[in-house]
Amino acid sequence: MALFEQWVLTVILFWPLLASIVVLFMPKEAEDRIRRFSIWASVVPLVLSALVFWDYGMRFLSGEGGIQYEVKVNWIPQIGASYHIGADGLSVPLIFLTSLLTTLSLYYSARVIKHRVKEFFFLFLLLQMGMFGVFVSLDLVLFYVFWEIGLVPMYFLIGIWGHDNREYAAIKFFLYTLVGSVAMLLAFLALYFVTGTFDMIELAQKQPFADDLFRASLVFFGIFLGLAIKVPSWPFHTWLPDAHTEAPTAGSVILAGILLKLGAYGFLRILMPILPTAFAAWGFVIVALGVISIVYGAFVCMAQTDLKRLIAYSSVSHMGYVMLGLGAAAVALRGDVPFFNSNSAALAMDGAMLQMFNHGIITGALFFLVGILYERAHTRDLTAFGGLSGKLPYYYGIFMVAGFASLGLPGLAGFWAEFFVFRGAFDIVRAWAAIGVIGVVVTAGYILWRIVQNVFLGEYNQERWGDKLWDMEKYEKVTLWPLIAIMVLIGLYPTPLVNFFNRAAVEILTKAGFMF
Amino acid sequence: MTQTLVRLLPELILLVTAIVVILADLYSRRRTTRWLLPGLTLAGLFLALAASFSLWALQEQVAYTLAADSFAFYFKMVAAVVMMLVVLASVDYMRKRTRFLGEFYALLLVATLAICIAVSATDIIVLYLGLETLSITSYVLTGFLRGDKRSNEAAVKYFLYGAAASAVMLYGFSLLYGITGTTDIAEMAKKLASGDAGTLAWLGWPAVVLVTVGFGFKSSLVPFHQWAPDAYDGAPTPVTMFLSTISKGTGFAVMARVFVVALPALSEHWLSLLYGLSILTMTLGNVIALRQTSVKRMLAYSSVAHAGFILMGLVGIMAGAEGPFNGLDGVLMYVLAYALTNVGAFAVVAAVEDASGSAMLDDFAGLVQKSPFLASAMLIFLLSLAGIPPLAGFAAKFFVFAPVIRNEYYVLALFGLINAVIAAGYYLRVVKQMFFVEDTSGRTFRLAKGMEVALWASIIGVFAVGILMNWFAQLATGSTLAMLGW
Repeated sequence: MALFEQWVLTVILFWPLLASIVVLFMPKEAEDRIRRFSIWASVVPLVLSALVFWDYGMRFLSGEGGIQYEVKVNWIPQIGASYHIGADGLSVPLIFLTSLLTTLSLYYSARVIKHRVKEFFFLFLLLQMGMFGVFVSLDLVLFYVFWEIGLVPMYFLIGIWGHDNREYAAIKFFLYTLVGSVAMLLAFLALYFVTGTFDMIELAQKQPFADDLFRASLVFFGIFLGLAIKVPSWPFHTWLPDAHTEAPTAGSVILAGILLKLGAYGFLRILMPILPTAFAAWGFVIVALGVISIVYGAFVCMAQTDLKRLIAYSSVSHMGYVMLGLGAAAVALRGDVPFFNSNSAALAMDGAMLQMFNHGIITGALFFLVGILYERAHTRDLTAFGGLSGKLPYYYGIFMVAGFASLGLPGLAGFWAEFFVFRGAFDIVRAWAAIGVIGVVVTAGYILWRIVQNVFLGEYNQERWGDKLWDMEKYEKVTLWPLIAIMVLIGLYPTPLVNFFNRAAVEILTKAGFMF
Repeated sequence: MTQTLVRLLPELILLVTAIVVILADLYSRRRTTRWLLPGLTLAGLFLALAASFSLWALQEQVAYTLAADSFAFYFKMVAAVVMMLVVLASVDYMRKRTRFLGEFYALLLVATLAICIAVSATDIIVLYLGLETLSITSYVLTGFLRGDKRSNEAAVKYFLYGAAASAVMLYGFSLLYGITGTTDIAEMAKKLASGDAGTLAWLGWPAVVLVTVGFGFKSSLVPFHQWAPDAYDGAPTPVTMFLSTISKGTGFAVMARVFVVALPALSEHWLSLLYGLSILTMTLGNVIALRQTSVKRMLAYSSVAHAGFILMGLVGIMAGAEGPFNGLDGVLMYVLAYALTNVGAFAVVAAVEDASGSAMLDDFAGLVQKSPFLASAMLIFLLSLAGIPPLAGFAAKFFVFAPVIRNEYYVLALFGLINAVIAAGYYLRVVKQMFFVEDTSGRTFRLAKGMEVALWASIIGVFAVGILMNWFAQLATGSTLAMLGW
């Protein structure tokens, strides 16, 4: 048992690196071997992360919580940076999400990627390590290293296997994210000089800049810039439509499903525990940006005719709920709110965390679905389609489930996240939350009108498409079943997941100064 | 007597090796194998490296004018390592282009010797001697390809500029002598601190400016950088490797020693001067690099910009600070990381030049198909230059940004941030050419053995400094503690 505890996160973290090095040494003509090896190699972290999920659940039921599977080894003792990793109720589901989406993406890409196969799988496995690294890091330098490691493979994935405007989208993605990253690095250095350590746990205990609001705010906004660009929050979202639209399907799935969560995760792991006073002081900014993202993103979706771009902007809108939840929790921290708001703060945070997980599943599924259609039609223009419900019934069914989950229909995953966020936010920042609800309505609008009506209902364009569009093949169904299953499962029985998140939220909020 | 000789072991080894190389070249001309002269040079450099490594912990004065201290030995080690990589890369490159190989390798060794003297000098005359020897050998090395017009032009430009800069620096030194009455830097510090200068004290500010001209020339700081793009572009690429890395590093080493040890009393003058120069250098270098279509020239301008980054470390100096991030260790880390990375990058440029005749962006098109090894190596070096972890360039940026944040120089930090991103922009342009563009010619590159070894060594070095940062951080910080405590 102790062996499992000590090694499981390290194995999950570095296994993709080993796999990628093995792929590097395979001859590039052995395409099938590369594909099969990569998929099976990615199953290992999937199984391990599922085991961790179950194991953490068992510990949770017996009363333990907090950071488990901790490993702390000296890396750069000279400057107080160590190899410190661990997982708690927040990161365990996200690690599972990462491994699930990666395996599904690799499985799907094996059928779809036809050129430069070796490089694709090499880069994808490397990317997986970067994502795992961010979720398990408990040291700021380690966090930063993995954060940046995730940038480079994504740049290549967009730039080589993407669509027409891929070079522009790739470099915009890279440079935009780099600005935020370097700002974050400077803020991390400032934190070091006040406390002498880069360790997240120690920093949370030492509460740097607790009495100096000006400097705390500078550091806060430095880190905020890096995270907000990733989330992406309005107005730092402009890289996302291009990157998502031009990326290959698997790239979009990972970008929307996981990479956006890295930003939100940073808010919870770094900003809330280490700089709670600054977070509380600027909480309204977070709430405002979140609500603007929700509403603005939703309205822009209404105007889209490119299916993939529409889903991309829906990501902006959905991540806005996360920002709203986090911001509301932060505002409640201000101390000038009544006692019962601590529950609302926890609820808002639960909703935010749940939305992170759900959005990964739902938008991942949506991007897969869009990719499936693109493979057949080679266009993403909504207006070109119509009446697909008759020709592609299975596809229609799956798309419906994912679409309804996205708009928050009760019974599917998306509902609970929005419910919790608004339940919490209404108590704390009533006016803003009320504006945010508009976004929910508009979301239903663009899903039902722009997508369902334009693509699936109406007349089938026989002259244009004829027999060129066929229903889902086996491998496409296999890719989507797990995601749909999870959507339905969480929609009907979100309790275990919510409990995980709630425990993590309560811990974070307690450390930040709440009484429960 | 023996003690002195032991302290000077690296220099002696280099001198003897240079003589042996010349003699070997004279006497075995007919049957010179490809590896004889480079092999001797490598052996000498390796011995010098070993000597410096074993002597690293000393903090002593030798022959009144040289310091055998960890600061000097660090730079000697870096110089030896980089020079070994330069020699490896130049085995085939120079063999094809010139028959004066003995002279070439001997000059490389003498240049390294000059670097050793310059970084250990504690007397401004000996310092000048070291710098001048370095400059003169650099001029000759730049113009080594006699038949190549661009090499000749580069050498003449470099020489004229360098001669003027040298003269200005010497004038600055003479002013310092005038104020303090001594040429020893420790004595200078005492005299300036005690206010003995009296009526001549106003000469401090002009002296600092003039001396900075000379040091800035060596380190290619703006506006003393104009020689650099032409010299780097026209020189044979192995020489560019040497110029852009350790020649530049020497400029910073002597700048650090003179300013920190001799002139702490004038620190308001040179700190603000360097602050401005840092911003200017970073920004100008990067902005001009954006417009280049020749990869060699682009790397040359990027080299200028990186000098600005190194200067940030010097600006952030915290004298008497315990522990890491004291500013000076940032300079040391950056010089090492940058040297390893740039040697690799220019080695790739040399290989591409060899295969396709020039090193324009077009020659890099589809490189991943023509030579996956070269393309991957170049990717690693470009990412390191951009500061992406876990590579050496990240460690360098980390150690250079830290003292700036510690001193709360917000404007400088902001410029550093913006410039880091701009630089990434044009590095990615090369990456785009190599990886995103398809190559239709179907040719493949064949790499020379020495070049391959040099590239592998650089790649390993770049990863090592980034991942095993602790050891290098200890080395760098340890090398600076004695100097900052003086």
